[in-house]
Amino acid sequence: MEDLSLHILDIVENSTRAGATLVEIKITEDTEKDLLQIVIKDNGSGMDREMVKKVRDPFTTTRTTRRVGLGLSMLEQAAQETGGDLSITSEPGRGTEVKATFQASHIDRKPIGDMGSSMISLIVGNPNVDFIYESDLDGEKTTLDTRMIKEEMEGVTTINDPAVLKLIRGLFKKAGD
Amino acid sequence: MAKLRVEDLKRIKDSMAGIVNLRGGEYRVKITVHMGTCGIAAGARPIMNRILERIEESGATDIILSSSGCAGLCNHEPMITVEVKESAPVKYVKLDPEKASRIFDEHVMKNNPVPEYALSVGSETTY
Repeated sequence: MEDLSLHILDIVENSTRAGATLVEIKITEDTEKDLLQIVIKDNGSGMDREMVKKVRDPFTTTRTTRRVGLGLSMLEQAAQETGGDLSITSEPGRGTEVKATFQASHIDRKPIGDMGSSMISLIVGNPNVDFIYESDLDGEKTTLDTRMIKEEMEGVTTINDPAVLKLIRGLFKKAGD
Repeated sequence: MAKLRVEDLKRIKDSMAGIVNLRGGEYRVKITVHMGTCGIAAGARPIMNRILERIEESGATDIILSSSGCAGLCNHEPMITVEVKESAPVKYVKLDPEKASRIFDEHVMKNNPVPEYALSVGSETTY
């Protein structure tokens, strides 16, 4: 995967397949601390302790749970290549939280990439799942809560309407884009 | 701070008054982009973006776009499945945005599947 936004798309797809109805995505970059942190928290089916241990091993693919495979291993590798790490906390029936940390200035740290496209892909592909997105990149903040959009558009149109998606994409455009 | 404003959503609402929207329920075509780890790594996201653009340009409200996980054919990614109501679904493989765009023109809009990008057409023949 070329950038972190693709990793995020991948990990959040895991959440939706674990039956999550709400997924929170938080990205924080703090240049002073030279830290970039990505947290993905869902209210999906969760995993037991044993599965949490196994889930980082790319060769433990028990396709019955669908929460295993390459995705988490690749994010872990991307984090560790920068001196960072990946942690997973999960509870069956409650959900899962994945936290990846990166040394922000490390030469091997992948760029964040196109988070707008990742969020749009998630929203379009999973119209019944709600997403909360918050990023704080050295004070430049972006927030998105699909629950608010759905509430507002209730009875008029759905969240995957092109006009609504365009508005969402606009949030992720930087000045000068 | 980039944040959605309620006024922006209200503006969309006003512009939609009287338009029948089918996005929530009935549809004529369903397009599924395969977005497992394999699909994403192979380039599923740009395909999703392109199809969205094409749907918007067409103004169609009877097409739904969805995503699914790994279909077990990772070496054929990126893949999409096009299902036109009352017709057999077609899986398209090894796509790029240009191919996806052509599938949109031919199959989605005119109901003419594009055999050269399809995984397979029909089943075995005996001749």
